[in-house]
Parts: sequence; C-alpha cells; structure tokens
Amino acid sequence: MLAKRIIPCLDVKDGMVVKGVNFVNFRNAGDPVELGKQYSEQGADELVFLDITASYEGRKTFTDVVKRVAENINIPFTVGGGITELSDVERLLNAGADKVSLNSLALKNPQIIDDIAKNFGAQVCVVAIDANYENDMWRCYVNGGHVPTDKDLFSWAKEAESRGAGEILFTSMSHDGMKIGFPNDALRTLSETLNIPVIASGGAGSMKDFKDAFELGKVDAALAASVFHFGEIKIPELKAYLAENNICVRL
Amino acid sequence: MKVVIIKYNAGNIYSVYCALKRVGVDAIITDDKEIIKSADKVIFPGVGEAASTMKYLKEHGLDVLIKGLKQPVLGICIGMQLMCRHSEEGNVDCLGIFDAEVKRFVPECHEHKVPHMGWNSLFEIDNSVFNCNINNKFVYFVHSYYIPLCSNTVGKCDYIQPFSAILKKDNFYATQFHIEKSGSIGEEILRGFLNL
Repeated sequence: MLAKRIIPCLDVKDGMVVKGVNFVNFRNAGDPVELGKQYSEQGADELVFLDITASYEGRKTFTDVVKRVAENINIPFTVGGGITELSDVERLLNAGADKVSLNSLALKNPQIIDDIAKNFGAQVCVVAIDANYENDMWRCYVNGGHVPTDKDLFSWAKEAESRGAGEILFTSMSHDGMKIGFPNDALRTLSETLNIPVIASGGAGSMKDFKDAFELGKVDAALAASVFHFGEIKIPELKAYLAENNICVRL
Repeated sequence: MKVVIIKYNAGNIYSVYCALKRVGVDAIITDDKEIIKSADKVIFPGVGEAASTMKYLKEHGLDVLIKGLKQPVLGICIGMQLMCRHSEEGNVDCLGIFDAEVKRFVPECHEHKVPHMGWNSLFEIDNSVFNCNINNKFVYFVHSYYIPLCSNTVGKCDYIQPFSAILKKDNFYATQFHIEKSGSIGEEILRGFLNL
C-alpha cells in the first residue's frame, strides 16, 4: 500500500539552516546536509530545503548545498526559494534535486508550470500555495504571505494541476506556526478536487494533528518544521503512532 | 570493479552516480560503446519519456548495444520500461529484452492518483535475485506507466493492481522503483547487484 509521507522542512540561509534545530548531542546543528541526514535516518520520507537567501551569492551557495544533499542523502528531496526562471529549475535539478517547489513565481507567471512539466516532467513540479481564509474565501497570497491576490485556493490549485503541477503543498497562513492542527476541511476539499497528491503544511502541534490531516484532510503527505526541529515531535514516535492508528506509513 | 552508467537523454543520472558513490563505487557515466562493453556491471537508469528516449538510443546505436550486453545490466525506472517489448507512452517499440508491454495506470477511483508517487511496499520477492531480504520493504516509486505481471517478474508491488516491481531475465535485471532514492533498502539492493 502507498504510504503517507512525513516531510520535515528546513529553511536555509547563506548555506546554513536557520531557526534553531535541537537534536540532542548533535554538534553540526546548522549544516543542512547533516540535519537532512539525521532526519532521513529517523525515518523522514522526503525532505524540503527552502532557500530564504535573497542575494545572488547566496543562491550559488544554495546550489552547493543541493549538490551535497544529493551526494549524501538517500531519500528524495525538494528544493524551493529563489527560483525566478526555468534555468534556475534546470540548475537545481542538475545539482541533484528531485523536485522543485514554486510559490509566488507560479502565481505571477503560471506558464512556468507548463514549461517545467514539459521540460522535466510533472512529478518535478511542486506548487506551494499560501492562503488565508477571509470573507468566505481562501485567498492566495504571494511574497511570503505579504501580498494578497484575487485568486482562490481551490481554483488556483486546479489551474496549477491542469498546467502540469505534480503536487500541491498548501499552507494556511492562519494555522502556520500556531500549533492548532491543519485546516482539515480545506485540505479535504482540496484533496477531493485534485487528482494529484496534496501536502499539508504548517499548523502541526501534536501527533494527533498529523493523524487528523491524513484521516480528515485526506492528504497524501504532511510537512512540518519547528515541531521536528525542536524535538517536540520525534519522527519515529510519530510514525509508530500513525501505524497504531492504521495509517499506512513506511517504518 | 568497473561500473558504467549509460549516458543518454534522461534525467536523474547524477543521483544514481551519487548512490553508487555512497556504496563505494566511482562509476563512469558514458555513452562510449567500447567502455560500456568492457564494464563489469552496467546501469541503465533514468527519468524521462519512452518515445523520445528510445529515439535517442536508436540514433546513437545504444539499442543494439544494450541488448547484446553479456555482463549484469540493471535498468531503473524508465530504463526498466525501455527494456520491455513495447510502451504505451508514445506508442513505441522498445528493446524487447523482457517480454512485456508497458501500460499506463488507469485510475479506478479518486484515491488512485497518477503518477504513482511515494513509498510503497514490495511483495512476493525472489530474494535470491539481489541476495537480500526485501520482502514487505518500502521503496520509492515515481511513475505513470507500469509493467503488468509477466514471466520475468521476480518482485511485485500493488497500486491499482499488482504490477512488476522487479524483472529478471538472464543477465538483465530491472526495478521500477528508484533504488537510488530508496534509503538503506535501495543501497542494500545496489550492493546486491554489484556483488553478482
């Protein structure tokens, strides 16, 4: 049976992981490769590395990080951040990334999804959507949640799918970082609307939140950052808990 | 040991190179026929589309070469599919090493998303093929086309219906899943192949 996936997300700035990551007895706390390896050994199913560096120099550093991840880590990984054109995608894939994640760029220039799917295959293209529930709609935002658009989550996700997105990664801005669980109603609608996998992102505070996202939100994968980084939820325990609750996970 | 990765117009070759490096092998990536023929082990990996990759192989004479290889050859993902008789993807005749037809997944309900992407478990594995116990283990798949069960099937996976996860015929081996992305299980299989 196809397993539900657990995905830790690491923010990388100038080649180092930002936001403290708190593994016991672990010295290279800032090295994305070492951290990714730790997560992989703990049973993470995939990894996401987001480049939050703004500068050109920083992007070059990130390419080196991607290369080192590819060399050292034996599970699939997605990279995002700083992608402004098709050649960036090619550069990251050539460095060994399995998938790329697009956010603002896809909303501003949806044609990029078609181009990625056509050139590298649909499975490569993850479209990340930040949306906020307001005035009876899930409004999509760009620029890290700072700039509202007139697009609605569900219609935009459907458009991204029809253009060739391989997966949708949805972050609810009102849940992200709040540790109140995932927005399961919206996730369920999204999962039932789309024919591609949906990844829930942002909001997890407990192991039950993950279980609910899979059972109620019907998602294919769940992504989190701080609950893993600060050791509040340990991946082996989370997977054992999900398995006890009859959710298929890779153990 | 001389291990060659066949270079052609498919993606993901660098990941396979890295996986080999992790198990201690510095592989050669090449399309040079003499170097390929002289290798101890040949790997035919890839992520790509059947018709365009097949066309490239033919134009470069690699189709005839691969079929004629005598050392252990390992196809991965599209590499495996190209080793079959025919593929529905682009309706193209392939190498014909395995007597099987590559078909597209047809969803039967909403949960059947295509591509089949993620970790799925293996069953009815002939563990002697790679000399390691991988029955019921999870490995990483990304594919929209599959190979039905056939006389060369030595390992199965289930998505929508049971399909071929591993094929073997004479010196030809192939996996539908990405060995290079399948964690420690993938590395075990890779070591098993290298030790053949």
